[in-house]
Amino acid sequence: MEGFWAAFFPVLRIWFTCVVVLIMLPAMFGISLGITETYMKLLIKSLEWATHRIQRASRAEEILKHSASNGLIQRDNSSLEQEIEELRRNRPKSAERGDFTLSDVLYFTKTGIESIVEDDVTQRFTSEELVSWNLLTRTNNNFQYISLRLTVLWGVGLVVRYSILLPLRITLTAIGLSWLVIGTTMVGFLPNFRVKGWLSELVHVMCYRICARGLSATIHYHNKKNRPKRGGICVANHTSPIDVVILANDGCYAMVGQVHGGLMGVLQRAMERSCPHIWFERAEMRDRHLVTQRLRDHVNDKTKLPILIFPEGTCINNTSVMMFKKGSFEIGGTIYPVAIKYDPQFGDAFWNSSKYSMVSYLLRMMTSWAIVCNVWYLPPMTQQEGEDAVQFANRVKSTIAQQGGLVDLAWDGGLKRAKVKDSLKEQQQKKYSHMVVGDDSSD
Amino acid sequence: MGSRASSLLREEDIEEIKKETGFSHSQITRLYSRFHSLDKGENGALSREDFQRIPELAINPLGDRIINAFFPEGEDQVNFRGFMRTLAHFRPVEDNEKNKVLTPGEPLNSRTNKLLFAFRLYDLDRDDKISRDELLQVLRMMVGVNISDEQLGSIADRTIQEADTNGDMCISFNEFTKVLEKVDVEQKMSIRFLH
Repeated sequence: MEGFWAAFFPVLRIWFTCVVVLIMLPAMFGISLGITETYMKLLIKSLEWATHRIQRASRAEEILKHSASNGLIQRDNSSLEQEIEELRRNRPKSAERGDFTLSDVLYFTKTGIESIVEDDVTQRFTSEELVSWNLLTRTNNNFQYISLRLTVLWGVGLVVRYSILLPLRITLTAIGLSWLVIGTTMVGFLPNFRVKGWLSELVHVMCYRICARGLSATIHYHNKKNRPKRGGICVANHTSPIDVVILANDGCYAMVGQVHGGLMGVLQRAMERSCPHIWFERAEMRDRHLVTQRLRDHVNDKTKLPILIFPEGTCINNTSVMMFKKGSFEIGGTIYPVAIKYDPQFGDAFWNSSKYSMVSYLLRMMTSWAIVCNVWYLPPMTQQEGEDAVQFANRVKSTIAQQGGLVDLAWDGGLKRAKVKDSLKEQQQKKYSHMVVGDDSSD
Repeated sequence: MGSRASSLLREEDIEEIKKETGFSHSQITRLYSRFHSLDKGENGALSREDFQRIPELAINPLGDRIINAFFPEGEDQVNFRGFMRTLAHFRPVEDNEKNKVLTPGEPLNSRTNKLLFAFRLYDLDRDDKISRDELLQVLRMMVGVNISDEQLGSIADRTIQEADTNGDMCISFNEFTKVLEKVDVEQKMSIRFLH
């Protein structure tokens, strides 16, 4: 036994030195040694080869492979009124304005069945289907044995991911988080000089950079000139808790959120010591007036960092942007929209919180190939004359959706867990009632 | 989309469903993925709650009746075969020439069967007649609270009067078919699959 430990320690020392010198130090100072780039190039080549093999095999066996991004059915986009008018056109009687026919049910039946076959909302709460397999078992939808070489490649990938990449990433993340706690606590002891702010930002960014390396994250920032400034509110689409790490790699933000216990609580308290963030007790969150007031105070203080808010309120699978809650848009101040789009080929970043706990989610992240994403900083927007918070929120949402190539949906992300509001059904019923009795209905 | 979903569907099952419903192989596998993603309990069958989780269906005024159509008499669960059999009513009629459906008797997506599906949305007690009450129930579901009882009653009476030819104050399936004879049921009750 002793012999084993005697041999093990030097290995461990070398391992740590390598990690620190080759990865951590460059990360902290934002320099790149090109290791990640080489890894990514190798990865892309392997995946391309794998895709090629799969396509060749499928052509040989004449299996129809459908692009996952195509829908299953084609739907009409005509309105309720148009469809029902058409249905009534062939009535034997002369058509008066408004009336009921037995054929009216056909419209609701068809749209109902269409939504059973394919709907816009439920698919947003599960991971996106890939166009071609990326050699991870978790994304394998149609497992078929294609060739020996492909299986070997998959096996090699499995070994590499679990025995090399996983320990490496866990080490890095552990170092990163401990550094965050230690560093911010140390900075917190300093008196309030200007230097304190600068040091605090430095500590935060360094730690997030280490964490990003801990996920093998490759991030491309676009339009850096539009980066959020102090006294502003940064608004982005939400896919996973990692969004915070992605954004904080390129700037310092004040976080908003609920006070947690455990590890999260330790991190929150540490961060609070070096620069002001906004953490709410659970009870306080229900008081919307209080929440808005605290956020407004923060924003009006021009020395404080820009706030980072995810108005969707929940994680969506990065194929669409769902309803933005208007609370963030009532605070006033300039909104800096940011669009985040992950490349699902290298690793799926979406956190399906009903299926995976935080820990299993992080493990899945660390055993993916890499996280690759694009971040677009969009020009700042402010509320215009005559525009209310909801319209403003929708305007910002469309801008983000357009930039990120995401589908712009008006549905509430809260539908992940909650039932849909009755008022939406009542809207449909009201519209139909107009068709039945004409415009002089008794409302 | 579960990664094991398609492996649970055996080739023999797919062939049988193909013969019975006329869907193609790829349509069946994709609909199976959909079935599987709706099946939150992962027990191979859908309950009414599983359907109601679809927001667009939950706000459809006839949502409950449509969901009902999937469940056979008195049952609370529908398996994949039942799911496909109901959906088969909405296959476009043109596809029959393409796929050469070989079922004996009428295919599930014939005009008559489509009309029968719509008829059954009204005829809850399955006595092959739409009574005034049944008609009122459906009307009430579609208009919500926006129309008064009297107005709704007179609309129902007028509809029955127009359709009823044998004077029993109910609408039979034949009378129903007659009212809708000029409506393009084949198109209005069909879903266009992309593959």
